[in-house]
Amino acid sequence: MKKLGELLMGSDPFEEILMGNEAVVRAMIETGTKVVASYPGSPTPEIATAILSIPEDRRPFYFEFSVNEKVATEVAFGAALNGNLSCVFFKSVGLNVALDTFVQLSLMNIIGGMVVVLGDDPGANSSQNEQDNRNVYKMARVTVFEPASPREAYEYYKYAAALAKKEKTVVVLRMTTHVCHARQKVTFDTYEERMPYKTDFNRENGPYIPLTTMALDMKRQSIQKMHRAGHFIKDVGLNTALISNNSRGKGIITSGLTYLSVLDGLEQALYTPDILKLGAINPIEKDILLSFLTAHDQILILEELDDILEIQIKALAYDAGLSIKLMGKTQDEDYVGEYTPDKVAGIFARIWPDMMTQAPKAAVLPMEVPTRPAQMCPGCGHRSAFFAIKKALGEEDVTVADIGCHTLGYLPPYDMGEILMCMGASPGMASGLSLYNDKKRVVAFLGDSTFFHAGLPGLINTLFNHHNITLIIMENGTTAMTGHQDHAGSEIPIEGFLKGLGIESIRSCDTYSQSKLTDLVKTSLNINGISVVIARHPCMLKFTRHQRKKSGFVQQHITIDSGTCSKIHDCVERFGCPTFIRNPDESVGINLDLCIGDGSCTPSCPEQAIGFEKGAK
Amino acid sequence: MKSYNIHITGVGGQGIGLLSQAVLRGIDHAGINVIAVDTHGLAQRGGVVVSMIRCGEKIHSPMIMKHSADLVLGLEIHEALRGLEVALKTGGTLVYLDVSWQPLPVRLGLNTEITAREIQTACEIADATEIKVNTRFLEDSRMQNMALLGSLAKQRLIPGVTKEHYDMALEDLLTGEMLKKNRAIFEGYAS
Repeated sequence: MKKLGELLMGSDPFEEILMGNEAVVRAMIETGTKVVASYPGSPTPEIATAILSIPEDRRPFYFEFSVNEKVATEVAFGAALNGNLSCVFFKSVGLNVALDTFVQLSLMNIIGGMVVVLGDDPGANSSQNEQDNRNVYKMARVTVFEPASPREAYEYYKYAAALAKKEKTVVVLRMTTHVCHARQKVTFDTYEERMPYKTDFNRENGPYIPLTTMALDMKRQSIQKMHRAGHFIKDVGLNTALISNNSRGKGIITSGLTYLSVLDGLEQALYTPDILKLGAINPIEKDILLSFLTAHDQILILEELDDILEIQIKALAYDAGLSIKLMGKTQDEDYVGEYTPDKVAGIFARIWPDMMTQAPKAAVLPMEVPTRPAQMCPGCGHRSAFFAIKKALGEEDVTVADIGCHTLGYLPPYDMGEILMCMGASPGMASGLSLYNDKKRVVAFLGDSTFFHAGLPGLINTLFNHHNITLIIMENGTTAMTGHQDHAGSEIPIEGFLKGLGIESIRSCDTYSQSKLTDLVKTSLNINGISVVIARHPCMLKFTRHQRKKSGFVQQHITIDSGTCSKIHDCVERFGCPTFIRNPDESVGINLDLCIGDGSCTPSCPEQAIGFEKGAK
Repeated sequence: MKSYNIHITGVGGQGIGLLSQAVLRGIDHAGINVIAVDTHGLAQRGGVVVSMIRCGEKIHSPMIMKHSADLVLGLEIHEALRGLEVALKTGGTLVYLDVSWQPLPVRLGLNTEITAREIQTACEIADATEIKVNTRFLEDSRMQNMALLGSLAKQRLIPGVTKEHYDMALEDLLTGEMLKKNRAIFEGYAS
């Protein structure tokens, strides 16, 4: 197999097993997408990995990690005003950040066309909620295609690009976590030639200033575009009916990955309802829906998360005067979690019990499997930071978390960070908590990528409204949680930036210098107004990977001197590096698979029983 | 071939990605229809990682229904037991590495560590075939995944997929020294 980058750039048709996120990149290339921007976030970061697998001088489009999703959307929009097909991609909650710009897009005559690839996360696998972004698409008046598989992700991106170019508009490709991460053999088309970058902006293509009555005229235009998108969806045949010969008058309307769950759920069924699969979920195609409705006695609408399709289809049936039995969500749990094959089979068993056979049962085991929460990696600078900072805080003090690897500090044994909202929310929340509060000191944590992403407005608000908080910037030099993407901090040092803002109390140290960090935080907590501590250490996962690639690299480990150790367990219970093993005799061992020999744990032992292996330093 | 479901599980950092891709591509090289999905939201941070692979006919979603996996591959002993409990079907096969990465509650002294004896008991209750793979003499723990792949090839657990197919998959995925090292371990366990 060729390297991914070479594969994606091939000019001849080929087939290969690829992830949904990777298949989309080939579609970008084939359609002549010229500018792509993103802010990293699961479930879509592998789109960037696939793009970066193509050497920059061979890449047929410009790519950047923007500072956040809103800026990424603006960069893509600006490039499309020049006549370039552009794309922006990000995760579900990224749309909240981008929304101010996103809702304006449909008003604009985007001459190059624009595709937004959005990775929703039903099940909240790697997000702070499982918000259903389909709720926004009516408000933003955008066309949305929803693939069920990597194959469809590739195909639908091409349809989205075609429509976006044709109508000079924006089209959303709605992916979900397990479509992004599914792997399947996909057949790809030819890639012919590079399109040139264009700089064709001309205000005559507008209007681009949606003020006063213009805004309403622009809205009228966008409504017209949606009508034409409806014709496109019908002409292309994005919505398809699967007719069984044994449906007993029953039909199912579904879309996306849920469609595949439906097919799995029906494999063991005693009869098979007809299925209408919607590839386009906004606007809905009324004709095909009406003919499907009228051909059945009972319809079950199966959609993950909210009842978006259900409400529209019920309205459609009402307007058409149909007296068909239309079933959608009937209980609270229908709104929660992914529509996996199990979940869908459960719904079938409830709605049409005569259709389903018995689901397989679990073996009842006499032992309990311990849970395994995610945790900070061996050597992680955040662990040393939390261990040190905890010593500086009183029982009453409040700690506010933010998004990033350091969020994991809320878990035992650290219990640091008691409130979490979203990217960059910690300085603002901490400010609110600090009002009229003399008893509890308030500490906010903020990662370095998040600092630039959405932390700045909160920080500046804290400064000019004179709030009394201590902000601890957990600086690891990368966007670690989503796979080590670079961020603005690589060019704009945070400490100098803060000085430029006029913040007087700025202290910083490496987090491995634990006693120093404890002292810095103690001092900062006693300062009135904003005080900042930069708790710095490079991401050790990234660092270790880099080290291992060097020739002659030998992995070092730490050791525990069993003669000195009196089983106090501070290392395993309070410092909590996953490297430590609790042996059945309560002695502490080292997991050599995990230990990276960084030695950040050594200060955690009051008896100095932790040392380095012989020959190591 | 009827459908055949494989649930692969371990801890983030154990090399489950490479193992999963090697199995997926091995099945494809055998000319069998195959789909897969990884769950790796917080995988790098020492959490549970699961990869699901489905092959044969009449497969749709890459996600396997509960208690419907024909085969569970566990790279770690606690995760092997969890995989057996949530995924394995009655009469299925569990192949696991005798490797323990203690989860937090064990390290905090709140739960006891799962042992091979308990896996044996659980397999008896679930009417499962148990295959324990010993990796203690492996120098580089990051290649434990190849021990599992080799065992899979040796026992010919996935119908229609042979050692040659997995070998072709490794050639797809690795080059140079990495291919050489991984293949050596794979060969050792496969023959």
